[in-house]
Amino acid sequence: MIVQAFAFYLFAGILTVSALMVITARNPVHSVLFLVLAFFNAAGLFVMLGAEFIALILVIVYVGAVAVLFLFVVMMLDINFSDMRKGAMQYVPIGMVIGAVLLTELVMLYGTWQFVPGREQNIADPVAAFAGQNNTEALGQLIYTNYIFAFQTAGLILFVAMIGAIVLTHRTRAGVRKQAVSDQQARNPADVLEIQKITPKTGV
Amino acid sequence: MIEIGLSHYLTLAALLFTIGVFGIFLNRKNVIVILMSIELMLLAVNINFVAFSAYLNDLTGQVFTMFILTVAAAEAAIGLAILVTFFRNKGSIAVEDISAMRG
Repeated sequence: MIVQAFAFYLFAGILTVSALMVITARNPVHSVLFLVLAFFNAAGLFVMLGAEFIALILVIVYVGAVAVLFLFVVMMLDINFSDMRKGAMQYVPIGMVIGAVLLTELVMLYGTWQFVPGREQNIADPVAAFAGQNNTEALGQLIYTNYIFAFQTAGLILFVAMIGAIVLTHRTRAGVRKQAVSDQQARNPADVLEIQKITPKTGV
Repeated sequence: MIEIGLSHYLTLAALLFTIGVFGIFLNRKNVIVILMSIELMLLAVNINFVAFSAYLNDLTGQVFTMFILTVAAAEAAIGLAILVTFFRNKGSIAVEDISAMRG
């Protein structure tokens, strides 16, 4: 029990501090790296909650794909980020007020959270139905049966996002020597070949 | 304090969500950090879902966390693609320059 509490406070503390560093770091590359640290600690919390599959998906998808995508974009764009901090303090007081109100409300709501009696009847997919299976097997059995349409829609969303990102960022540059297959295929021998009969001793 | 319960996770998620909201105010000129703040807010929501899933013994929360992860990944990819295209056209990513469609 004491080990569990220690692990929770360790993960939660590093998660909160790195989230604060994400929004306060001057260099966006540091922001991205602190975001990676935050995701790793959130994955640790998910493991503590018994959601191993979500934890590993978080590490693979977020750290491996999304954070690296952020890193690529930050490094690819040639921007002077120090100019962006000028005048940023103007909205900090109202941001602090809104943040304090939001945090107070959320903590007041969640800190005294209690489940209603008889909540067992409202559980949609009880863990007990998957006794003897690990977390990944149970989730797999759910998403391929009860949630198959939502799962397919998620795949469609990713497909559209992939095509959208390619369409948005793809460009054809002028002056690049590139193979034009259609032009090559459309060449007609009659247009480009000329057969000349050369009589001897006269030249072309 | 030693017994880790549901309210610990919910308080942590509330803290993380507030940090995300505050990050939008603090970095209101920098679209990249705003996108990262949105990722933090989505992570807070995911922590809520998984914590409720664990303490209710209901797997639905974890299933929906996966769908949130899907949408968040798609959102980040599209947002950054728009950002790259905008930077090519305008040479800047400052939020106040993104006003071409102002009515």
